[in-house]
Amino acid sequence: MFKQPARYSDVMLTLLVWLATLLVVGLFAWLVGDLILHGYSKLNLAFLLDVPQNAGREGGIAPILVSTLLILAVALLATLPLGLATAVYLSEYTNGALANGIRMSLNILAGVPSIVFGLFGNALFCIWLGMGFSIWSGGLTLACMMLPLFISTTESGLSAVTNEWRHGAAALGLSHTAALWQVLLPAASPAITAGLMLSIGRALAETAALIFTSGYVDRMPTSLSDSGRALSVHIYDLSMNVTGGDASAYGSALVLIITLMVISGIAVGLTNRFLSQRITPS
Amino acid sequence: MKINSNTTSQSETSTVPYTLGDMEQGAACCIPVPHIEVENLSVAYQGKIVLEDVSLNINKGCITALIGPSGCGKTSLLSSLNRLTDLIPGSQMQGKVHIDGVDVRDPQLDVMTLRRKVGMIFQKPNPFPLSIRRNIEMPLREHGVKQRGELEARVTTALQDVGLWDEVRDRLDTPALSLSGGQQQRLCIARALALEPAILLMDEPCSALDPIASVVVEELIHSLRNRYTVVIVTHNLAQARRVANYAAFFWMTGRVGKLIEFGRCQSLFDSPSHDLTAAYVTGVSG
Repeated sequence: MFKQPARYSDVMLTLLVWLATLLVVGLFAWLVGDLILHGYSKLNLAFLLDVPQNAGREGGIAPILVSTLLILAVALLATLPLGLATAVYLSEYTNGALANGIRMSLNILAGVPSIVFGLFGNALFCIWLGMGFSIWSGGLTLACMMLPLFISTTESGLSAVTNEWRHGAAALGLSHTAALWQVLLPAASPAITAGLMLSIGRALAETAALIFTSGYVDRMPTSLSDSGRALSVHIYDLSMNVTGGDASAYGSALVLIITLMVISGIAVGLTNRFLSQRITPS
Repeated sequence: MKINSNTTSQSETSTVPYTLGDMEQGAACCIPVPHIEVENLSVAYQGKIVLEDVSLNINKGCITALIGPSGCGKTSLLSSLNRLTDLIPGSQMQGKVHIDGVDVRDPQLDVMTLRRKVGMIFQKPNPFPLSIRRNIEMPLREHGVKQRGELEARVTTALQDVGLWDEVRDRLDTPALSLSGGQQQRLCIARALALEPAILLMDEPCSALDPIASVVVEELIHSLRNRYTVVIVTHNLAQARRVANYAAFFWMTGRVGKLIEFGRCQSLFDSPSHDLTAAYVTGVSG
């Protein structure tokens, strides 16, 4: 009597959603699986600790790993304070034509191809500021690319914080600074963490911008003014310019993915520790 | 319609706004000492006047209820007492607001100190996403209380004052947002009390709570009488009648909020001198 009629549209939708998900997950699994399959044999301690030999066909990637981490460190050190300050300015201190102008230019910047950033970084940092092909130039160019992304995620996180807390803080006679540090930023910390992860991902994946700024010298850097080859540049070089470098390229790609995961994990842990400790002290 | 709020406010000294019990206890609300003096106050947002020409004296140690329909400027009056209107872009205040004889609108005034002295409780409980303890400690620290022992003592006293101590003493370090709505609101009151204010502004503090929690908070508010000057906005007329010594009735005339009648709570409810008040308190209008 109450037999449910078959709702074909519902069945179809369910199937479609499942298929789409399966496709996305499958692609990702294929990619990682392929990397592991081809790169696993290369992955050992010697590979991580040796210098590259024979244009990278043999030996390891130690100097490249060090350069990558240094470039990322420079980029993060520039992005974090500048990005946080700009996001706070946009969400807490201004509301009008200027803010909208800044937001619009950030959105455009976020969509600019990385090769353009590379040329810009080369012109500004390498030539005009005289830093040459160096880790400084590469890191700062990456910072220019990460900032739009980091600022907009952080700003939307801050804007999503309810006004009740702003008014509550003001009604308790808290200064703007105290409200920001004690209440608003901790409350926005999930968004800040997400922005940070996206930015790190973008930085580690970057190749084009770094070829023009940090160069591709594969020696161990002795200072931040040295040129340094990033992992992504190394992979590009091995697979495009070096015949017989495929195995090393796979190994490097696997290391890059693992590095990305480890660094993201550390970044998430640190942000949570730093910002959320105020929310739930141990 | 003619509005004569000034004359009604002055005629109040002749009637008695306290009970025999208060008198026996020598309560502060027995002697009308003006704590907050408001004269010809108008508040406008973006050039649109929402509250016009309000004059009233709020007496020390008394509970004064602001009643009237939504949108007639009660919250605006409340927020102009601790200059929270500053936070709303395009807000303007005109007229005189003196607290303990000090001009609240003085540009030289330290607003942070003013707000410490004049605490505020909001309609929706707004504890910070911190632990219960840190909700009270953090504002204290920001106001210069750094000593461990004193912080501890102040947290305990504040929680005891709002009757929350026995409920949360074992879980002071758990998130405040895990408390129930009524507990959260009492925590917010404790947070304000810990700063040792002289005045508490309450903006419909019970309207977001369930009936039982509402009764608990109402009893708490009642217990604050004599120790603090309380100004409370409420839509619950029975509540106003139960807790308040004085009541001020607001009404919209031509989209602008005005003070219609101000006086001793009981006389305002039982023998209102204005037709609008009579219609509102008996439920005919509003």
